[in-house]
Amino acid sequence: MNMADDGIRIEGLRKRYGSGDTAVDALKDVNMRVAPGEVVGLVGPSGSGKSTLLKCLGAVIEPSAGRMTLGGETIYDGAWKTRDLRALRRDRIGFVFQAPYLIPFLDVTDNVALLPMLAGRPNAESRKRAVELLEALDVAHRARAQPSQLSGGEQQRVSIARALANQPPVILADEPTAPLDSERALGVMRILNQMANQYRTAIIVVTHDEKIIPTFKRIYHIRDGRTYEEAGEGRALP
Amino acid sequence: MISLAGRDILHSWARFAFTGIGLGLLIGVTLSMAGVYRGMVDDAKALLDNSGADLWVVQKDTLGPYAEPSSLRDDSYRALLGLPGVADAANITYLSMQVRQGGVEKGADVRTMVVGISPGQPGEPGYLIAGRQITRGHYEAVADVKTGFALGEAIRIRRHDYTVVGLTRRMVSSGGDPMLFVSLKDGQDVQFLKDNEAILNERQRTAANSALNRPGVPGLLDAIQASQTSNHNVNAVLVRIAQGHEPEAVAREIRRWKHLQAYTRAQMEEILVSKLILTSAKQIGMFLVILSIVSAAIVAFIIYTMTLGKIREIAVLKLIGTRNRSIAGMILQQALGLGLIGFSVGKIAATLWVPIFPKYVLLTPEDTLRGFVAVMLICALASTLAIRAALRVDPATAIGG
Repeated sequence: MNMADDGIRIEGLRKRYGSGDTAVDALKDVNMRVAPGEVVGLVGPSGSGKSTLLKCLGAVIEPSAGRMTLGGETIYDGAWKTRDLRALRRDRIGFVFQAPYLIPFLDVTDNVALLPMLAGRPNAESRKRAVELLEALDVAHRARAQPSQLSGGEQQRVSIARALANQPPVILADEPTAPLDSERALGVMRILNQMANQYRTAIIVVTHDEKIIPTFKRIYHIRDGRTYEEAGEGRALP
Repeated sequence: MISLAGRDILHSWARFAFTGIGLGLLIGVTLSMAGVYRGMVDDAKALLDNSGADLWVVQKDTLGPYAEPSSLRDDSYRALLGLPGVADAANITYLSMQVRQGGVEKGADVRTMVVGISPGQPGEPGYLIAGRQITRGHYEAVADVKTGFALGEAIRIRRHDYTVVGLTRRMVSSGGDPMLFVSLKDGQDVQFLKDNEAILNERQRTAANSALNRPGVPGLLDAIQASQTSNHNVNAVLVRIAQGHEPEAVAREIRRWKHLQAYTRAQMEEILVSKLILTSAKQIGMFLVILSIVSAAIVAFIIYTMTLGKIREIAVLKLIGTRNRSIAGMILQQALGLGLIGFSVGKIAATLWVPIFPKYVLLTPEDTLRGFVAVMLICALASTLAIRAALRVDPATAIGG
């Protein structure tokens, strides 16, 4: 594997919904590059194609054209390169959502351990990995708690731990700080940067949040289905 | 791997418990309905077993004495005793009627089947749980405990008072009414004796008939009037077969030479189970079908509603790589879990409330097993609607707008 190909690379990605006169080009020409250990922002107004891009990257909808490489592996090149998109999502992509969407009937540890278990790892090993991640994210003291017993910030940290559970090369974060106040939002960004650095994970953060935009070193703007790269302020995180 | 279904049930245990209890009561009713049918069949078999007979000899061209009225002369048994293969033959009468508890002035009416028997002969209750068998010719009775009569208690049957001298158990008619045994003569009176007014009228009518009241034939009128007030009919003759003889062969001889109908044990069971309680069985069968459909609808609705409440979680589970079969398995296991809770509650409820039913209700292990399998199948089928909804959830719904 060529290190230069690690992280996320998107070239000429297009997505068209429908056909004929009613066709809509949600993505027209998307080009992105995120290196391992890097956290980049994806910013754009509503209807610009952010969610469509995230869904293409998350292998839940199929692009119409272009090329996507995740962690050195080309997953799409005019067609999916694997039949098992479920395993691709499980093993190579971590998801962090706007709301944490933790499974309410599993405790914190098992919410995190579920992914390695789904990948076929033994329960004990999966739980050990979950506890390590919870310690790294400073929520190990809530390991046996139910999601409903956690604060919003704690829930989001658990969802980050879940995204990292299978050590994916890529994490897609969909407005992870939207429901949080400034302090907690910056705290989540600090954690994402730490985790990216620690686990060499490429992270794309889709956001509208003015509080965190200045923290990115690089930002991709998306307008009318096209991406434009811009250098960010890279403001230091508390 | 974690049991998602088990964790969800534990997490929402109160909802599962209350739903399971509701479903369980419905299952309890279903099991009891099946038990009512089994009780009817068992009552019919008990009736045959307790009679101690191998053959039932009844009026020709009838299905008597239980399914149809049957009347034959009370001296028929003598002729039957002369047939090869007949060890014992005894007259018997059956009449379902109200018997008043505690004599004429007080007490409630009890629905019983009054059986006229010959002491020591087929038809007599095989065992007593208290007291003794009938020894006097008149006005003694042996009652099934289900009548509620006590030993030594006075009861009124038509215009005579009887004393309960013995108690027996599981002696019931095919309809489940407890039996009350009296002497054959009393049984005949109960069934055939006219009231005093009717007898007086009949005597006057006969005396006014010059063909029957002939001055030149003294004693004719008295003989005719005596024959009008006494009755020599019974409903059936119970026959015990001598060792080494086939009941069907003896029955064939009776049908051929005595111009009577004779039924073997198997034939009588067929009459009772397949003819007498057939309509009731169909009625119960319809209830079982309706209750099964209602149970299925309830389970389907509950599981479907619970699944709809977890759509976002299901989308997340699918997005992070959970197999469709794991999600389907989770819903199926929850449906089966609900069925298991419901069945356990239903079985316990049915066991507790069955003894207070007025008629015999028999819960058999076989029916319990069948019920369990049926509940599990119904729950599995009912979960398909929710599974279909869950499998249609697009994992993309977990991402963005």
